[in-house]
Amino acid sequence: MTLKIHQDHSRFKQIVRGKIKANLRKYVQKGEMLGKKGKDAISIPIPFIDIPRFKYGHKEQGGVGQGDGEVGQQLGPGAVEPGEGHQAGQGEGDHALEVDVTLDELAQILGEELQLPNIERRQNEKIVTQKIRYTGINTTGPESLRHFKRTYKQALRRQIAAGTYDPNRPIIVPMREDRRYRSYKLQNLPETNAVIIYMMDVSGSMGDEQKEIVRIESFWLDTWLRHQYKGLESRYIIHDAVAREVDRDTFFHTRESGGTMISSAYKLCRDIILADYPKSAWNIYPFHFSDGDNWSADDTRQCIDMLRNDVLPNVNQFAYGQVESPYGSGQFIKDLREAVGDTPNVALSEIADKDAIYASIKDFLGKGR
Amino acid sequence: MPKSLTPRLAALRDEIHGYAKEFGLDFFDTIFEMVSYDEMNMVAAYGGFPTRYPHWRWGMEYEQLAKGYEYGLSKIYELVINNDPCYAYLMESNPEVDQKLVMAHVYGHCDFFKNNFSFRHTNRRMIDDMANHATRVRRWVDKIGVEKVEDFIDRTLSLENLIDQHAPHIRRNPDPKKAEEEVKANERVEGFKVGREYMRGFINPSEFLDSQRKRVEDEKLRAKKFPERAQRDVLLFLLEHAPLEPWESDILAILRDEAYYFAPQGQTKIMNEGWASYWHSTIMTRRALRDDEIIDYADHHSGTMGTRPGAINPYKLGIELWRDIEDRWNKGRFGKEWDECDDLRARRSWDKKLGAGREKIFEVRKHYNDITFIDTFLTAEFAMEQKLFVYGFNDKRNSWEIMDREFRKVKSKLLQGLTNFGQPIIEVVDGNHENRGEMLLAHKHDGQDLKGDYARETLRNLQSLWRRPVNIITRYDNKGMMLRFDGTTHSEKKVEL
Repeated sequence: MTLKIHQDHSRFKQIVRGKIKANLRKYVQKGEMLGKKGKDAISIPIPFIDIPRFKYGHKEQGGVGQGDGEVGQQLGPGAVEPGEGHQAGQGEGDHALEVDVTLDELAQILGEELQLPNIERRQNEKIVTQKIRYTGINTTGPESLRHFKRTYKQALRRQIAAGTYDPNRPIIVPMREDRRYRSYKLQNLPETNAVIIYMMDVSGSMGDEQKEIVRIESFWLDTWLRHQYKGLESRYIIHDAVAREVDRDTFFHTRESGGTMISSAYKLCRDIILADYPKSAWNIYPFHFSDGDNWSADDTRQCIDMLRNDVLPNVNQFAYGQVESPYGSGQFIKDLREAVGDTPNVALSEIADKDAIYASIKDFLGKGR
Repeated sequence: MPKSLTPRLAALRDEIHGYAKEFGLDFFDTIFEMVSYDEMNMVAAYGGFPTRYPHWRWGMEYEQLAKGYEYGLSKIYELVINNDPCYAYLMESNPEVDQKLVMAHVYGHCDFFKNNFSFRHTNRRMIDDMANHATRVRRWVDKIGVEKVEDFIDRTLSLENLIDQHAPHIRRNPDPKKAEEEVKANERVEGFKVGREYMRGFINPSEFLDSQRKRVEDEKLRAKKFPERAQRDVLLFLLEHAPLEPWESDILAILRDEAYYFAPQGQTKIMNEGWASYWHSTIMTRRALRDDEIIDYADHHSGTMGTRPGAINPYKLGIELWRDIEDRWNKGRFGKEWDECDDLRARRSWDKKLGAGREKIFEVRKHYNDITFIDTFLTAEFAMEQKLFVYGFNDKRNSWEIMDREFRKVKSKLLQGLTNFGQPIIEVVDGNHENRGEMLLAHKHDGQDLKGDYARETLRNLQSLWRRPVNIITRYDNKGMMLRFDGTTHSEKKVEL
């Protein structure tokens, strides 16, 4: 049944959506909403949608209350709610309105605002997962799956047929043959899976601000790719001169002091792909963030070789984001641009500061791969 | 879709109806309908009506109500519409004792709607009219487009509180033509008729004639002024004089109608909720409660009566005040003798066994609104018993705190909050300000400043209806200030008051 209010409700949501869209750049640059992420929704503070009126400033007003307490005693936080003065509807207060937006919706908004193309699927028919569906009833099965109601009905039917059912003493005793069990079927569901392999340079020159940029950026990349694929996995690699795989938390909070050998990360990335993500079953997205100060030209050459031969042929898109650090921006992005810049599944982006995140998301996702 | 009552509930309704009549409540026919929680939230979001014009605001309201319900934070118990017949809603999932409580409460409201003077001029067919309004607005939406209409509604709602709360009770200029003739007749000032010429200087001294002439001059000047007198009903002024498109006028008229319909409910919130609570309590505890329902009833009743330090609960204040009045008139605690009695012991044991309490409260519910109700019946003893206090914001400590428990201050703060709804009083004083067709509003400052950013935004909305620049004179930090919006920029300047 649809209620009339749903029209007004969806109109309200539309307005909210418009507000988010209009302020998307701000939201993208600010990291604050990242903390408010739930399982599949996020709460976004938007400016309170209020109808302005001539009214008294709230603090001017004060009011009358009821209860114990000496003169001068504080009322405690939350005691005076805006809008709950002694007159109903007297001031909705200055607070922002928090709206829940599903990540899917957020991705849509992102897509519309940045005009991101939908990703062209590759091999998605081949990728199949099996899912268990309890659809049938069987006469055999484990006791834990016994269908009580069906069993009871079966026994009742049998007893009535056999004439042993007494309405005055309605006791039903199921026999072995009465028992019914839920049974399952395996269903093949075509599913598209994707994995993001995040790599980050944690050498001394990558400061907190650089990591914050990576964190914000990764949130939006996650959101978009999750919107595009049903199953999304993330792997995290940090590196300085050596690389290791870590969990998400460590990824964003580790700081090393060593030098930078990017090849170590690419090597590990290659190994992970080869071990866990066969090309035929996975859409693979390595993202690498660094300040671009690689140890040596020799190492850079090694990186490019590895990219060309082992990484690029296996992945949907390889992306490299060069974050500007206090020590300036390195050489690496130029080297990559020269070597593999023309390859269609390579995306390169330079991120000078937080304001540049918006544009770089478009660099990364604008290719639709 | 709303459903009619189950036979069981219908029987309960008849029972409660009987008790209500027995106690002397006098109400329109009351129709109860069963709704799901979803529908309840919808109707509540619509301000109690099943159909309203389309607007996102209801959607926002609904979102908040629905969330509150889903999280188990809030639940709407009762909804009743001032209409003839009255309509009220019961939530399907409520237990029986709650339904009984709600019915008893609703009969209290219906009695109040029918008998209180504030509602005398309200439209008792508002359910139909609201539906018609919805149709009219929808038709304009189809013709003009949803964005334009919605935008106009938003801007008009911003001015919604600029109506004259007392207008329905005032009859001005019953016959404008006759008034005009009167003015003409008075134009030549000859003074009183004089029989003996030598008395002229005594009967019509020159000062008197001068003052009469001046009065006529003033009268003429005022007739040229526009509006003649300062007008509180800004919406009406716009409706009559702003260069609006037909569809704009139509929507403005609709919104003004609805604002006037809801106004008396705001003027009698404490009385009305108190009255309904008094009656649900009386009917339930004296008649309708079964033994096994007492705990649940007490739980819900006390939930409704709960107070918080930072707010007045109209249900609580109302019911206590009604009970206090009843008690005082039962015991004869009023009048000269009572007022002049200083002997505390005598006062405490004062009981003249008048038994006039019930009669008194029925009379009061007819002739008072919240302001006169509080002003007349809130006594120092009552304020103390109910532990009322004035709170305010302490800038130094950046927190709200209890400022005062003195009776006079409590009462005046309470009344201040009720005057004009707790809304600032604003009038159109000039529709042709500076002879340039600008609008000039005046804020009758009563010690509280306007919220600045809201005032500016409201001016912007007003300007979009008036088309010409708009100004408002108010006060900030005790200095006269004129805010202005000319269609592109905001400005302000100091003015002498």
